[in-house]
Amino acid sequence: MTENTAAVGSASGDLAISSTGLTKRFHGGQLAVDHVDLAVPKGSVYGFLGPNGSGKTTTIRMLLGLAYPTSGTAALLGVPVPDGAFQVLPKVGSLVEGPAFYPYLSGWDNLARYDAADRTAPKGSKTRRIGSALDRVGLTAAAKKKYRHYSLGMKQRLAIASGLLRPRDLIILDEPTNGLDPQGTREVRALVREIAADGITVFVSSHLLPEVEQVSTHVGVMRNGTLVFQGSLPELRRTGAPRIAVQTADVEKAAKVFGELGLADPIQEAGLITAELGDAEPERICEDLVHAGVGVRGLSVESPSLEDLFVGLTGEGFDVER
Amino acid sequence: MSSVESAEVDETVATVAGVRDASAPAGIVRGNLRFLGSELRLVFRRRRNQLLLAVVALIPLLIGIGLKLATPHGGAGPSSGPGGGTGAFYNQLAGNGVFLTFIALTLLLILFLPMVVAVVAGDSVAGEAGYGTLRYLLAVPAGRTRLLAVKFVTISAYAVCATFIVTVVALLAGVILFPVGPVTLLSGTSVSLADGLLHVFYVTLYVSAAMIAVGAIGLAVSTFTEHAIGAIAAILVLIVASEVVDQVPQFAVAGPYLPTHWWTSFDALLRTPVDTTTLWHGLLSFLVYAVIFCAIAWARFTSSDVTS
Repeated sequence: MTENTAAVGSASGDLAISSTGLTKRFHGGQLAVDHVDLAVPKGSVYGFLGPNGSGKTTTIRMLLGLAYPTSGTAALLGVPVPDGAFQVLPKVGSLVEGPAFYPYLSGWDNLARYDAADRTAPKGSKTRRIGSALDRVGLTAAAKKKYRHYSLGMKQRLAIASGLLRPRDLIILDEPTNGLDPQGTREVRALVREIAADGITVFVSSHLLPEVEQVSTHVGVMRNGTLVFQGSLPELRRTGAPRIAVQTADVEKAAKVFGELGLADPIQEAGLITAELGDAEPERICEDLVHAGVGVRGLSVESPSLEDLFVGLTGEGFDVER
Repeated sequence: MSSVESAEVDETVATVAGVRDASAPAGIVRGNLRFLGSELRLVFRRRRNQLLLAVVALIPLLIGIGLKLATPHGGAGPSSGPGGGTGAFYNQLAGNGVFLTFIALTLLLILFLPMVVAVVAGDSVAGEAGYGTLRYLLAVPAGRTRLLAVKFVTISAYAVCATFIVTVVALLAGVILFPVGPVTLLSGTSVSLADGLLHVFYVTLYVSAAMIAVGAIGLAVSTFTEHAIGAIAAILVLIVASEVVDQVPQFAVAGPYLPTHWWTSFDALLRTPVDTTTLWHGLLSFLVYAVIFCAIAWARFTSSDVTS
């Protein structure tokens, strides 16, 4: 499935984020990120998916120059990182592993602090920029409140505001909806849409497919440190083969018919048999079943949902693999 | 939202100008000064750090009052003070309040002044890592070397400020509680009060240099942990260990190389002619410690992953 990588964008000039063989091995020897080749097209909303512990955050840390890759290269907006991080990061807004601010400062003062650290930020427009960033996330009323008194949702929104202090070409949001209630999740989603509508590339990570499914144009799926899928959402949908499902009392007999038709991957259950449809026509299958004397109670063609595909890519259940 | 969008458009123009500014030397200097200003405000406006400075101010006052109460009018002070040449300061105090500065500095140098510096230095990087603000500062990007430089300058400013607070409060308390006049130096020569105050100023600068070296050690320790309290404790353990080793005669050969050995050698300034050899040894020791530990901090901070 990784051949999709090449299809997304060939010239790195069209890519907001690119990486080749990006690898991170921790001191303990654990391979957190294993030869990841990211290709995030400019102007896309890229959903970076994977269960907790699949290497998403470590990848993001390497992109932002916080962690150094063991091997491989990466570039943001065409500028190699970490070497060029100091040059390119002013154009990149980011939220990494949850919000982090000084608890004893107000929301406003916290943003002023990060703004002061940016040597390219014009001081003259500080007040207006902080004001509009706070306004954009709806925190104007809480601007003078100490950060330690913020609710979790407000903290998250302040973190997004800090990413909007400057006009950006790329916004990287690591689990922006973590810990938010459904309403907060919706607000963040709306905000991502707004940002993307301005033509800014958004790279948003999540362990939940539904959170990015509605806003993403592209997705990358991580599993155990490797990128197991990358491409547009339609491309992801196409990877799921439609299956024929037949409800019948004669599962054994139906299986024989399926075998004669050469349907792949038959799965028998009590009163139900399914198989990959492939090139076969459902009408023909129905006909053959009836001719073979199988009592058909129901017949349907099912395309796997994105959720099913996602689970198929990332594995079921808890993160016991590492 | 429409008003916000129009602001964004203005912003694009402003940023293009800002980026151009920043690439020019003047823009870089301005940007660095702004970051330094932010760091100074962060440290000096923090309640905890203000409280520490308040306590630093209180102690010389208490020492002055205590010594005043213990000194019979017109009589000699306590015959011996703690440690080396400090006894002489106590004897002089009854006759001249200026000597309270030397007494206060000597006493606070044992633990309190280095502790105050250790709190701010140990917190500098480890505290940011603990809050998680370090990753955001670096993503801004603040720049690792630049951030470290700003941290070191701020720690130094705080160390100098704490030291001068001791001197100023001790001087005021000394002037109020004790008679003031021409200063008799340790070598027996007498200099005018103005000249004496100049000596006080030089002594304070010398102690400030010692505290800046502590700050450098603290900065280095601070880059190795995400726990500010751990860094602060480690620095204090280091200082106390050094002071203890310095007291053991068998380790005398190692003495001059200890970070704390030259701290109280400022009495060299209170002799005529000034004992410059001792003085330069002390300042060289502070410089070497500051350089080595700044280098350690830099090597560590620019090469390690930020995992907090």
